[in-house]
Amino acid sequence: MAYAFDFGAIVPHWELLLDGAILTTELTVVGAVVGVGLGIMGAWARASRTPVVSQIVGVYVELIRNTPFLVQLFFIFFGLPALGLKLTEFQAAVLAMIVNLGAYSTEIVRAGIQAVPHGQLEAAQSLAMNRLQIFRYVIILPALQKIWPALSSQIVIVMLGSSVCSQIAAEELTFGANYIQALNFRAFEVYFIVTGIYLVMSILLRMVLKVLGNYLFERRRHV
Amino acid sequence: MSLVELHAIHKSFGELQVLKGIDLSIDEGQVIALIGKSGSGKSTLLRTINGLEVIDDGAIIVDGKKISDRDADLLGLRLQVGMVFQQFNLFPHYTALENVMLSPQVVKKQSKADARKVAEEMLIKVGLADKMMHYPDQLSGGQQQRVAIARALAMKPKVLLCDEVTSALDPELVNEVLAVVRQLAEEGMTLVMVTHEMRFAREVCDKLVFMHQGRIHETGDPEEVFANPKTPELSSFVGGLA
Repeated sequence: MAYAFDFGAIVPHWELLLDGAILTTELTVVGAVVGVGLGIMGAWARASRTPVVSQIVGVYVELIRNTPFLVQLFFIFFGLPALGLKLTEFQAAVLAMIVNLGAYSTEIVRAGIQAVPHGQLEAAQSLAMNRLQIFRYVIILPALQKIWPALSSQIVIVMLGSSVCSQIAAEELTFGANYIQALNFRAFEVYFIVTGIYLVMSILLRMVLKVLGNYLFERRRHV
Repeated sequence: MSLVELHAIHKSFGELQVLKGIDLSIDEGQVIALIGKSGSGKSTLLRTINGLEVIDDGAIIVDGKKISDRDADLLGLRLQVGMVFQQFNLFPHYTALENVMLSPQVVKKQSKADARKVAEEMLIKVGLADKMMHYPDQLSGGQQQRVAIARALAMKPKVLLCDEVTSALDPELVNEVLAVVRQLAEEGMTLVMVTHEMRFAREVCDKLVFMHQGRIHETGDPEEVFANPKTPELSSFVGGLA
């Protein structure tokens, strides 16, 4: 017997998908902002003249980049309570995303910093700026500009990766789809629609990041 | 007392000994040219004077104070000793004016208005009153280098180091930069420059330092040194240029 498609069966549950998409967006925004912030600090620390600091960051980066996101998430949600740190599903999901993006963006931002010509650094040094001033006023903006496309892609990857958070019952978009599918067994229809929603969200996110990049790196006179 | 004194400066890059015991004193208002073949150590010597190269042995004394390689000392040193580079090294994301204003604001904590006033004054001095709002990539090499000079001057250094400031310029742009340096010299700025512009060095400098194989090989009044080189090395260096 041929399968009869019934997209109408999804309609009564639209609120689950909307709520899921909203939560996915929240996870992504918090994860991206804090994760990239962590990455910038990580890149700064990686260049530290104190070997221990640089090595600690190096271990963090390699640990995260060489293990599955799902395992990181499970460790945070199911593992950490053993140490007395009990997090809600949302907290665990967002923490996992921050930690994950932090590691990847550390390496991406570091590449950008290394691409800034050494002469820029020497000029800033000769003007008596300290390391933090040089980083903040001279290096970070041109560095981010160089790696903005790579960083944008990584943020999109992290948003799509957030679907994994359904596994700890964080009620994001994929969780909503799974739930609807369990109610009405309309797997094709619901995952078809959710695929479309993720696609649209990714395209929108890329557009937002492009506009943000244009704003950040636009030639704005400060005086 | 000299403004800057260098005592027995030694510097090696790995096995290569670049500076083999340099003694040099820089008096206030003096204009010194460092000349010599490439690899003679003249640029390295210049870079040690504001701590861009850390010395292995010897002492740098500025205003009677010995400079260690601690960060605080280096920052203090660089407040007194400015530098201009061969490759200009302007910050590409700031306008000419912002390039000049940046360090007075963030290092000296000057107000924006004060920093702007000084920056405008310096840019006018180097002849760029009409280019203040331009970004570095909108300026010619000569203009960029003049912005770099203004940027260094805005920090009011006691000594300005110039590292081959015209070597990256097209020939027709060299003179506009040299004119600015000449003007600084005439105003009494203490200058130490590595240069290949021998005629300029002869006309503008009070003291010529000829470096050879990591040592000061010959030094003295430019006219005298050029007219009567005492060593065969300087003689062939000067002769090779003529």
